[in-house]
Amino acid sequence: MNGQNRRVVVTGLGPATPIGLGVEAFWEALLAGQCGIDSLKAFEAAGFASRVAGELPDFKFGDYIPKTYRKSAKVMARDILIAVVCAYHAVKDANLKTKCIVDRGEADGPIDVDSTRFGANIGAGLICANLDELAAALSTAADDNGNFDIRKWGAEGMQNLTPLWLLKFLPNMLACHVTIVHDAQAPSNTITCGEASSHLAIGEAFRTIGCGDADVCICGGAESKINPMALARPQLLDRLNTSDNDSPQRASRAFASDASGMVASEGGGLIILEDLDRAKTRGARIYAEVVGFGAATNTRSWHQPEPDGESIAFAIHNALSNADASAADVDLVNPFGTGIPAFDVAEATAYCKVIGDRLTQIPAMTTRGAVGVNGAGTGSIDFAATVLALANATTPPSINTAPRLDQSDLQFVDQDPVDAPVSLAVTTSYALSGGQAAALVLRKYQE
Amino acid sequence: MSRRVVITGMGWITPLGHDIEGAWKRLLSGESGVDRVTIFDADEYQSNFGAQVGNFELANFLGNTAKTHEGCSRNTGFALAAANLAWKSAKLDGGSKVDPKRVGIYLGGGEGPIDFDAFAGAALAGCREQDGSFGKLDTVRWADHAMRTLSAQKELEQDPNLAAGHLAVQFNAKGPNFNTLTACAASTQAIGQATKLIQFGDADIMITGGTHSMLHQLGMTGFIRLTALSTRNDDYKTASRPFDRTRDGFVLGEGSGMIIIEELEHAKKRGANILAEITGFGSTADAFRITDIHEDGRGAIAAMRRALETAGVKTSDIDYISAHGTGTEENDKIETLAIRELFGGAANCPPVSSVKSMLGHLIAAAGVVELITCVLAIRDGILPPTINYNEPDPRCDLDYVPNDARKAEVSIAMSNSFGFGGQNDTLVVRRYEE
Repeated sequence: MNGQNRRVVVTGLGPATPIGLGVEAFWEALLAGQCGIDSLKAFEAAGFASRVAGELPDFKFGDYIPKTYRKSAKVMARDILIAVVCAYHAVKDANLKTKCIVDRGEADGPIDVDSTRFGANIGAGLICANLDELAAALSTAADDNGNFDIRKWGAEGMQNLTPLWLLKFLPNMLACHVTIVHDAQAPSNTITCGEASSHLAIGEAFRTIGCGDADVCICGGAESKINPMALARPQLLDRLNTSDNDSPQRASRAFASDASGMVASEGGGLIILEDLDRAKTRGARIYAEVVGFGAATNTRSWHQPEPDGESIAFAIHNALSNADASAADVDLVNPFGTGIPAFDVAEATAYCKVIGDRLTQIPAMTTRGAVGVNGAGTGSIDFAATVLALANATTPPSINTAPRLDQSDLQFVDQDPVDAPVSLAVTTSYALSGGQAAALVLRKYQE
Repeated sequence: MSRRVVITGMGWITPLGHDIEGAWKRLLSGESGVDRVTIFDADEYQSNFGAQVGNFELANFLGNTAKTHEGCSRNTGFALAAANLAWKSAKLDGGSKVDPKRVGIYLGGGEGPIDFDAFAGAALAGCREQDGSFGKLDTVRWADHAMRTLSAQKELEQDPNLAAGHLAVQFNAKGPNFNTLTACAASTQAIGQATKLIQFGDADIMITGGTHSMLHQLGMTGFIRLTALSTRNDDYKTASRPFDRTRDGFVLGEGSGMIIIEELEHAKKRGANILAEITGFGSTADAFRITDIHEDGRGAIAAMRRALETAGVKTSDIDYISAHGTGTEENDKIETLAIRELFGGAANCPPVSSVKSMLGHLIAAAGVVELITCVLAIRDGILPPTINYNEPDPRCDLDYVPNDARKAEVSIAMSNSFGFGGQNDTLVVRRYEE
């Protein structure tokens, strides 16, 4: 491949999911088949048709940033807070002494990551404004009849918003805060492609290190669908599960024949990718090697799946060919899965098309039943799970995937984890709106 | 030898017109595209003017195929039209001359304008108490109202990657499809990353650029609260004053620019008209503060330096710089400082101008429109001016091509974009030579 001469490895994982924060909690819960979906608690959801959600365990934000940065939390939407939590977990897991870790006094200096060679590629969603704050401000501009008056808003109402209001919701603020806290000054990008964002961002980081533009990248994505506006949008599109409000643990059922919609959640994952030589030199633990990235697009619709999953199949094909691998080499797959029947059928069909009969002989996994769909951060949770399955030679159970879709040859594990040595794994994601699809190929690290 | 990437088509939808040649002529004559905002009632806003796109009908660009995209957002409409112009100018229309699997898209696309009336209606309904007064938001009342009044399609079309999705359908582009939203740097970053995808071999052709319209009730609110906008409501035509001592903020604009970039051999093989070559790209983060640019311009300097390195040129090879030049106090001062520092003193700096003085700030779409002006400057040997430049600022001491276009031989140009939060992106583009 042109300009891609360096090998890239995974040296750190920072998942923040409804079943656990950080690698250990996440992996243990995944192996135990835990479910992070419950009745929605963050706000009163009685007015919504879907009232189940995957919310993060409580966390104290001050544990993830230097003391001097605490004030900044005021200008962070929930999505940004989550990204900063993920970043901390990722650099700790990679044993990197970034500015944040040194400033927090958790390691003696000096900082051991050259900031000019440290990049960021972070997927983000369309961040919803904090509705409490914005609605309260808008209501100050009501006219005598109680209707919104744009002139009153212009003249005085908008003064009720804090001056930095806009900066809480710019999608690139996930990457900005993360790069400030950890001092990463190399190429920094924000990918906003819905649920495909994490895979695209990790793929771009893989290319960025591979061609020598950076030595270390923090990449992945984060998003929260746990606010009224973010929950309303997929409900308007009939994409949410509305039939399991009384049985939340069963609500998220990707690739199950009785699935009826997805479950909204919050979370994300940031991943440390690193140039192999650098990782070796510093004696880093190497989880796996990233060997292939491929992307493609649905050209028939920007909001409905192709029945044959053409774009997903093409993304997998591109990623395998980028890895110089063939379907016969694949021994673990981690499809995205949503629980929205038409999308799951499309993706399962794509895997059948590219991996063929081999699909019936290898394990498959999905975290969807456990963590739901948070948008842009979902794919990096899957990526982290795939890396862990590969590194530990263990395929975790994929809860709620039975009874299986007729159209699917994916061999999910239902109960206990299965020992399965993996040398090559494929993971995919796609945007529910927008049509973007992406695939990544991981290989067991060998000298 | 890495794959060379050339520009073979260009299109834009701007406040100064919808065709490359017409708007270019207006830019060269120093016209302002700024007017009072008419998209919504901004009369009482502290800043009530902007650079709007006028007389826009998607059907005028897409003909019958416009129906496919009915109900798309304003910025997606701009993107489709600009991309269609670019696609035609690259002679890619009328039949399959390329393999759709080798065509990708990389946009710096902004979010679609909010469905404001429905949103505000639901917000008030959610805060309204029994007695008609307003209190804290009740999410049950909000949902009850919102689920009846919000439109599924209007919500769907706000996602920032939707323009890229529409483009994929319109142009049957099956390859990689990305959308970046690094604020005001987005389309420059998109073009840089798209160039890399071609260099890496992920695609042979990319449709790349940006689109954005923040000229809506909340977009303008956000910038006014940040005190980023000029407030010269009485003198709006001259409000956009990059590098002038009296500048008081930027003027918000809207629009889209799209270019077709292509692997050189692929372009030659199909007999494409090669407009210029993209040779350099640098991208950095300030990693400093979300509200301020680093005072030494360290991120901007690093981005420009990296762009020069990748282009394999020296500072003395640069004939023209299209500045980010927003007209804010801070940007223009630090951008000047960064250029001066990198080029080794004001005397060594090439002419620098900002077309934002005429077009306003197109946010995510700003970078691509400015890159297109660089290509045209190379083609025609003329630099677009910085208009409204009357009072020099001692801290801004470069040659800004004040007020009048200027003839100049341009072989290599540089285009800067810097975004909120410290996102810095620079492209180097040069006259194509075998």
